[in-house]
Amino acid sequence: MKMDRRQFLQLGAVGGGAVFASALPGCASLGMGGGGEDFYFVQLSDTHWGFNGPAVNPDPRGTLPKAIEAVNALPQQPDFIIFTGDLTHTTENGDERRKRLGEFKQVAAQLRNPNVRYMPGEHDGALDKSAAWKEFFGETTYAFDHKGVHFIALDNVSDPAARLGEAQLAWLAADLARQPKDAPIVVLTHRPLFDLAPEWDWATRDGADALKILMPYRNVVAFYGHIHQEHHDTTGHIAHHAAKGLMFPLPAPRSQPKRDPIKWDPAQPYKGLGFREVEAERKEAKYDLKEMPVAKA
Amino acid sequence: MESQRRRALAVGAAMIAGAALGMRVAAQQPRVIAVVARKFVFLPNEIRVKKGETVTLELSAPEVVMGMNIPDFKVRADIIPGTVSKLTFTPDKAGTFPFLCDIFCGDGHEGMSGTLIVT
Repeated sequence: MKMDRRQFLQLGAVGGGAVFASALPGCASLGMGGGGEDFYFVQLSDTHWGFNGPAVNPDPRGTLPKAIEAVNALPQQPDFIIFTGDLTHTTENGDERRKRLGEFKQVAAQLRNPNVRYMPGEHDGALDKSAAWKEFFGETTYAFDHKGVHFIALDNVSDPAARLGEAQLAWLAADLARQPKDAPIVVLTHRPLFDLAPEWDWATRDGADALKILMPYRNVVAFYGHIHQEHHDTTGHIAHHAAKGLMFPLPAPRSQPKRDPIKWDPAQPYKGLGFREVEAERKEAKYDLKEMPVAKA
Repeated sequence: MESQRRRALAVGAAMIAGAALGMRVAAQQPRVIAVVARKFVFLPNEIRVKKGETVTLELSAPEVVMGMNIPDFKVRADIIPGTVSKLTFTPDKAGTFPFLCDIFCGDGHEGMSGTLIVT
C-alpha cells in the first residue's frame, strides 16, 4: 500500500512521536493558491557544539551524532533540513569559535540528505557579527522558494543587541513586496520575533517591526529556536513555533526566576531534546509538526 | 524695636520659605544609584527602591558594551565603556522584578542578571 506523508505522520504519532496539528487561529495556514505539492522538512536547533556541562548533558559530543543518526534513519528523507542557530556554544576565543564551527560542520556532514541550510544563533555570531560563521556557512539572511512556499531566514543574532536592523528590515520589505498577499510564507529565525520573555532575553529588540511588515501577508508561519523547548504562540494571525534543542532543555517561559538549564535525568536520558518534522500540506492548508526524540526509548 | 522684630520675622519667613523650596528641589531630584556592569555581574545585583520614588541608575561598564534592561518597567540603556549612562524611572508597582544585560557580552552573558525590589 502506498502511504503518503500524512498517513505516515499519523502512524508515527501512534508510534510515539508527538504531533502538533495546527489548530490555533490562523495558525500555520498555507495559501490555497499556487500549484505546490506536499513536502516536509526537518528543523534541528541549538546544538551548542563545544558546550561542557556534565550536569545537564554528560554526552555533549554524542547527542548531535545521535540526532543525525535518527534523521538519517527516517523512512522518507525530508526535502531539506534547516538548523535554526546556536550550532556552537559561545566562546570569546576566535580560534576556538572557528574550531567548534569546523567540527560542527564535519558532524553535520554525516547527514545523508545533502539539502541542508544553516542559520546562526547568538552563541555563534553575536561576539564577531557572525564573521567566523560566515566563513563556514555563508550569508546569514536569505530567502528561497520550495514547492510554492517562500522561505525567509532572518538574522536576529549577529547584532549583540538582538536587532534585525534597518537594512535587514528594508530587505525583508523588498523581498515580501514581490510576493502576493496570500503567498505561503515561512519565516525562520533563531530568536523569537515577539516578546516571549524579555526578562530571559527571549525576544528581538525590533521584532515588532518585522511582524508589522509581515502582517499584511495572510499565510505566515514562523519557526525558531533559542528557547530549547517546543512552544507555540501567535501574534495576530502569525503562528510561532519554537523547536527543542539538542544539548540541554530550558524551563518554560517565566516558570521560575532564572532560565537555568534543566538537569540531566539519568532515568530519562536526552529527555527534552529532539528535532522536528514539518509537513507542509498545501491542499489542506496547514502544517503538521511532529516532535521527534534524539534517540528512541 | 518694632522694626527690628518685623525684620527678624521677615528674615525668618524667608529662611523657612527658602528651606521649603530647597526641600522641594531636593524632592524633585531623583535618587542616584550607581551600578557597575562587569563581566558578568551587575554591582550591586540587587537594587531596592520605593514605589513612586524616582530614581536614576548611573550605569558604567569598564570592560565591554553592556545593556541594562528592566522589562517590567519598559526601560533600558546601552552602557558604553568610558561613559556613564543614566536611566531614570519611577516604579509604579511594588514587587520583585528581574533586570538583565540585553547585549550579548561574552561567555557568561546569559547569567548576567539582577533583581529590582520595589517596596
